[in-house]
This record gives sequence, structure tokens and C-alpha cells, in this order.
Amino acid sequence: MLCALVPNTWLMPEIDKISQLPLKVSELCFSAGKKQLLRDFNLHLDSYGVTVVMGPNGAGKSLLIRLLHGLLVPDSGIVEWNGKSLELNVRQAQAMVFQKPVLLRRSVAANIDFVLDNCEPKSNKSSRKILEEADLYDQRMQPARLLSGGEQQRLALARALATSPQILFLDEPTASIDPSATRQIERWLAQVSASGVKLILVTHDIGQARRLASDVVFMHRGRLSEHTPAKQFFEKPQSSEAQAYLRGELVI
Amino acid sequence: MQDFSSSFALAFALIGGLDADLLEIIGLSLRVSLIAVIIAAIIGFPLGASIAVIRFPGRQAVDILLNALMGLPPVVVGLLVYMMISRAGPLGWLNILYSPTAMIIAQVILIVPIVAALTRQTIEDLHREYDEQFRSFCLPMNRVIPILIWDARYSLLTVVLAGFGRAIAEVGAVIIVGGNINHLTRMMTTSIALETSKGNLALALALGLVLMLLSLTINALVYALRASAKHLAYA
Repeated sequence: MLCALVPNTWLMPEIDKISQLPLKVSELCFSAGKKQLLRDFNLHLDSYGVTVVMGPNGAGKSLLIRLLHGLLVPDSGIVEWNGKSLELNVRQAQAMVFQKPVLLRRSVAANIDFVLDNCEPKSNKSSRKILEEADLYDQRMQPARLLSGGEQQRLALARALATSPQILFLDEPTASIDPSATRQIERWLAQVSASGVKLILVTHDIGQARRLASDVVFMHRGRLSEHTPAKQFFEKPQSSEAQAYLRGELVI
Repeated sequence: MQDFSSSFALAFALIGGLDADLLEIIGLSLRVSLIAVIIAAIIGFPLGASIAVIRFPGRQAVDILLNALMGLPPVVVGLLVYMMISRAGPLGWLNILYSPTAMIIAQVILIVPIVAALTRQTIEDLHREYDEQFRSFCLPMNRVIPILIWDARYSLLTVVLAGFGRAIAEVGAVIIVGGNINHLTRMMTTSIALETSKGNLALALALGLVLMLLSLTINALVYALRASAKHLAYA
């Protein structure tokens, strides 16, 4: 059911399926106390493809996607999705999967039902169909928190997709799961992207970025070092920080 | 020492013989305390959860007040309720003085702050865990609170237990508004107070043992329920 994933290939979705929410970020700043964590950040993203956000720890990657999703409010600057600020209908067209899945203290099926009952817009898929796509239908009656790490993350992803998002943020979704579960999630993400959902993925995994990215945003110390197409980023990165990072050197 | 052994013997004789008066007293004690706890939970759960989740000016002051009210002196509550529902009081027309209803009202006033304050703590911890995910789902606040209460239901059992413990062991307020009338408002604690004042220590102690046994049984049941919920990662 899940499409085969060939390294460095990214499938362009059919044009009518592409989300209508290109992103424009202007002069974005965010600080915590006296420490400025994001400075004068400018970015343009297409409304399709897989944008991978990379950079060393503390670069501000997770902070950036939280600002783009509206979970945090910037000190200054503008985040616009197709010219609209982060109003409710824009935010409802987005979903996020966190590094540590936040699952309700309920069964697997109840976690999906929760989203179908409480979130807008409603998915046109049934709970059963969603669980089958996540390969979790047989575990539907199990307590969600007793699933394995990979299964928990698949459930979190299925739940996010049940809100029919146009934009899906993923904050290191495979950071704490094994290679086999990672591979399964990557295949699913490629399929989701091909269906027209824009993915914005934070990862430290260079291999994963190579396999999934259509473009790469590289951050360093709260600033944008470069934003380039994936092929160009991995073959000829522009910034010295990205070059050092790809060589496996410590970038502080 | 003789008092202890005779009271143990008496306690078992009363329980074993299914003494009608004892059963009536136990029944009334359980009825009043359980109804009071249910009403306190209906008020205290959403109140505590709202304080945990909603940011509003003076939230900290409300928090401090709630914690302070946990230590409300029962006799003061009893006196205030008495003044409200006595014939000369503003609610005298209800004609509920010296009735189980009056005792339930007094107990609810005593338990609500306990239930609300402990609920606030439990829900605050859970809300911290769910907050980002719920904001990502764009859930409105009026949906967040019932969801948090439902997901914390097994943890809130302990809160209910704390409220029940206070209610079933309470004597000061219920004796003032209930009057300890035989076959009407006599509860276990008020009976113990009465028998002690009459010098009937063995019977008082026997009633005390029954009370402790009841409390122990309810605690054990709730503990078992929570343990099974924890095993399923629901608590």
C-alpha cells in the first residue's frame, strides 16, 4: 500500500491536489528573556513538497515551526500563509506531529475518534480507514500509551492526518524510533506529500533529509544560513556552516 | 485495655448480628457523605479544572483562597449553615434544619474546596502535557476542560477519596445542622460523640472501628481501580 521510496526522489503531487498555502516569513524575531533565539528570519516556501529544516542543536528549528504553526507568538515579524496571518481557518488547515507523541489516555481508536469528533475540518475518512492506513487497526482497542514507540508515532501521524491538513509540521518524528519504524514512517510521509500535503520536517538525520527533502532550510544560531533545493544543498551547500554540518563536523 | 477488647468484641457482634440500628446509622452516614461528595465533584471538578487551565487576573489569589478554604473549621461551617437555614435565617423557609439535606449542604461546603484544589493540581499537570497538542488541534477552551477531566478521571478518583474521607469523618458541622436525632440524622461520627459523652466507651469505640473498616474498604477499592487503570496507562 505504501509507495516505494527511492533516495533523492520527491514526487510532485498532481496540481489540483496541491495545498493553497505558500508561506512568507518576514523579519521574524523571537526571544526568551534576554536571549534572542530567532533573529531577522526571512523565508519563502512553496505550498508543496517536503521542506526539511536542519541545523545543529539550539539553531531554533523547533522554535521556527512552532512560530509558523502559531503555537508561539513572535516578538516581531510577519508569518503569512497565502497572504493571511495565522487566523483560525489557516491554523485549522495545519497539523503538527511532535517528537514525543502526545497521546490521550485512551485506546488507539479513541485517539482517532477524538480528532474526528472535536477538530475542524472533519476528515471524510472513517476511523477504521484511518487506522488501516496507519497499520494499527488490529491494535485499535489497545491503550494508546502501551504501543511501541514506532506505533505511537504512527498513531500521532494518523491522528494529525485525520484533521485533513494542507500543511503538516513534523518535529523530529523519528528521533527516538528504530530504523525499521523510521522507514515505515518515511514511506508514509512520501505518500502523504505526493497526495498534496505540504510537509515541513525538522530532522537531524541527514540520510532522512536526503531521502525526503525537496528543499532544505539550514539554520544556525537562530538565523537562516541557507534555503536551497535539496539536490543543490547536498551536492554543493552554500554556507560554511552547512558544509561543516554535512561533513559531520561539530557545528556550535 | 478491657475497653479495647470489649469494644472489638462488640464491634464484631454488631456487624455479625447485622444490628438494625447500626445498619441504619451506617446507611445514613454513607448516603449523606456519598451525595455530598458527588455534588462536590460536580462543582469542584470544573472549578478546579478552570483555575488550572484559564489564565485570568487574580488567578493566584483564587488559588491561595482555595487552598486556605481546604482548612475550613467544620464547626464554623456548621454554624454558618445553621444561621442560614434556621427559622430566622434567610433560607429558613426551606425547613431543612435537622435533616440529612442540611448535613449534605454543610459537607458540600467543606468538601468543595478540597476537591477543587486537588483537581486544579491534577488537571494542571495533565494540561501541561496536552497543551501544545490541543492548541495545535485548535480546540476551544470549553472543550478542553471536559476532555482534561475525562482523561484525568482515574487520578481524580484520589481527589474524590480525599473528599469522601473528610465527609465520612466529619462531626462538627453535621452535629450542629443535623442535631444527631435518632433514626433521622444520627450518623456514625455523631453517634461516637454521643456515646463517648454518655461514658459508653466500648460502643463508641466499636462504632469507630466500623467507621475505619468502611473507610479502609473504600480506599482499597479505589486503589485497586487506579492500579488497574495505571496498568493500562490510563492513569
